[in-house]
Amino acid sequence: MIGALARTPATLRNFGNSQFATLAGLFVVAVAVVLTIQHVLQHDPSYFFQILTIGVADGSIYALIALGYTMVYGIIELINFAHGDVFTLGAFISLALFPIFGIAEGGNGLGYVLPLLAVAVITMGLVAMINVTIERIAYRPLRHAPRLAPLITAIGMSSILEGAMYLWKGPFNLHYPDLLPTTRLNISGVSIGAKDLIVLSFAIVLVVAFTLFINLSKLGKAMRATAQDRDAAQLMGIDINRTIAATFFIGAVLAGAGGIIYGLYINNVAFDLGFITGLFAFTAAVFGGIGNIPGAAIGGLLIGIIAAFNNGYFDSAWTEIVIFGILIATLVFRPTGLLGMRVPEK
Amino acid sequence: MTRLRELIRENSRNPNAIAYAAMAIAALTFPGIAQFATGGNADYLVSLAADGGVFILLAIGLNVVVGFAGLLDLGYAAFFAIGSYTYGMLASQQLISSPIHHALHVPFWIALVLGTFIAAGAGALLGAPTLRLRGDYLAIVTLGFGEIVPRFFRNMKDWTSGVNGISALDIPTLPFWITGPWANAQLGIEQNFRFVSFNPTAWYVLVIILVVGSVIGVNNLYGSRLGRAWMAVREDETAAAAMGVNTVNTKLLAFAIGASFSGFAGAFYGAKLSLVSPDSFGFIVSITILSMVVLGGMGNIPGAMIGALLLYWVLYKFLPDAPQQVAALADNLGFHGLNTVTPNWPGIAEFVSRLKFILFGLILVSIMLLRPQGLLPSRLRTQELKRGVHDEPVAAPTV
Repeated sequence: MIGALARTPATLRNFGNSQFATLAGLFVVAVAVVLTIQHVLQHDPSYFFQILTIGVADGSIYALIALGYTMVYGIIELINFAHGDVFTLGAFISLALFPIFGIAEGGNGLGYVLPLLAVAVITMGLVAMINVTIERIAYRPLRHAPRLAPLITAIGMSSILEGAMYLWKGPFNLHYPDLLPTTRLNISGVSIGAKDLIVLSFAIVLVVAFTLFINLSKLGKAMRATAQDRDAAQLMGIDINRTIAATFFIGAVLAGAGGIIYGLYINNVAFDLGFITGLFAFTAAVFGGIGNIPGAAIGGLLIGIIAAFNNGYFDSAWTEIVIFGILIATLVFRPTGLLGMRVPEK
Repeated sequence: MTRLRELIRENSRNPNAIAYAAMAIAALTFPGIAQFATGGNADYLVSLAADGGVFILLAIGLNVVVGFAGLLDLGYAAFFAIGSYTYGMLASQQLISSPIHHALHVPFWIALVLGTFIAAGAGALLGAPTLRLRGDYLAIVTLGFGEIVPRFFRNMKDWTSGVNGISALDIPTLPFWITGPWANAQLGIEQNFRFVSFNPTAWYVLVIILVVGSVIGVNNLYGSRLGRAWMAVREDETAAAAMGVNTVNTKLLAFAIGASFSGFAGAFYGAKLSLVSPDSFGFIVSITILSMVVLGGMGNIPGAMIGALLLYWVLYKFLPDAPQQVAALADNLGFHGLNTVTPNWPGIAEFVSRLKFILFGLILVSIMLLRPQGLLPSRLRTQELKRGVHDEPVAAPTV
């Protein structure tokens, strides 16, 4: 090995040295934190909490989408580019269902709880069935094909979903009814929007339910086994195709819920929304350690908070650069993510 | 003559040779046929074909990274952007308004070389920290890089004019140029020739020269020690390192050489369009180029070229033309109602133009489902995978 590296410049060799890389990474993080604190201190403290709540609410939506990415990647090692569009589809389908259930903006507040839940359940079911169909058509036949083939069909499916929504509603920004209470709560001097709290609590409930499902149910166990070693799982009598389909189903349920929550929170959706949101959520999944479920949730929250801080204290034109910079830095300095385990490379 | 006949007989069953021959004949005859078929109004088509050549160059370059070395690159358009911006900044009035207050006018031919080397340098720069990564992690880093670079150019307003991009780039010149009936002119030699945008044939010839040079270069690389090292790293990195392949240098060179193609393709593209804008290098461009390589057949040079041509035609000719064609067809068949715009029906032309995302997606999905190996897969690789590489030489394929 030393002989093989003999002609490589010393700096490059040092890059392979993980201690050096970790130190460099910590230094970058420290500089970023100091800069942020400096900016935070220049502003009003209430502004800080305002930004933080926006970040947490956005982040919980990213977390819901990131769970789908991380599960699918964990189980079939596919970056499912269509997942972001499945999320948008959730927002679009629920938007179309609102008039059917008599939900309109400015109506009776609490009377909407049951119809809204019904819309959510139907949307999540529809989106999940669509995602399972996508898996059946575009990914399952390619399970033994070259690795890039399903990636290309994923991109194709993403294009088809975006095209379908474009055809359905056109290229415009659509208004999503503002149904959540707009009151602000005053908790020991800090003003927090009720909307942000509702979004966060929905996301927490879904993530906890999902984690319990993965850890306690029989299907969850089958998913974990399949992710670990597909062949061995099959030998143990697990129906691989069914397990993978279930993974896509649950991932889409979470993404569909994310779409509804996003619509209720931001009140504005467009057919190509899933692209950049999906990339951010994917970054979150990588940040937390891809294949790692609590990692995806924490990664989502952190990405949301970092984006909100950058928008609030720095220049929003640089937010995407910062997020993707974090993506690269995570992979270079800590490829397994924040919570990922060190696994030997196959 | 017998030599030629032998050559034809030897290669008549070699799909790569047939593909090269078909593309060469098509490239040579295209401007003439197009001008003849449209009665001399084919400038638009020839210009489109020259742009298509840019995508062939990009596909050849990405094929080095993805097809030969097996390093999945989801941000290849970043190098394309770097090549374009190199020419845009070095050969226009742009830098007058920048902090250095002094415009540079580097000649196109030098900028072409500079763009190549700057993109190669960027490729090595991206490659260096990612050497520790394997497989999909590497792909994700390149994705991030591809997202950052165009946004960086967009945000550096002082240097690049931000979203407006850099316009009025210098026109490349040559001391002399041969014109002829293929460009709607008398056969002769033109002195102090300028590559103006209303002479697409000149650009077409230039891009063909670049493509031919690239194909020869890449074919030589493919058979070289470096090419074999790339393939060894692609198949099994650990085994390659054990066999004495310097995997670090091999992967760095794959990134650098792959990027260099998009460097000069970018400079050419910027000069031809006379405009460089941050919007032309998004994720969708990276994905399009990757789709070209995968659709055509990864690791096979003519495959990547055919994939590029096919997808370019679909994206830039077939899909943009489809609305009008369908509208005309509906009229000819007597379905005039389809062309009437009502509040619920935008007219068939508008409807078809809204279908473009779906059509593009359907094409990607159906080709991958029908031919997961690509349209023209690498024959050597297929043989290795199907027959195994044992000590005995691989017999000539019978099919």
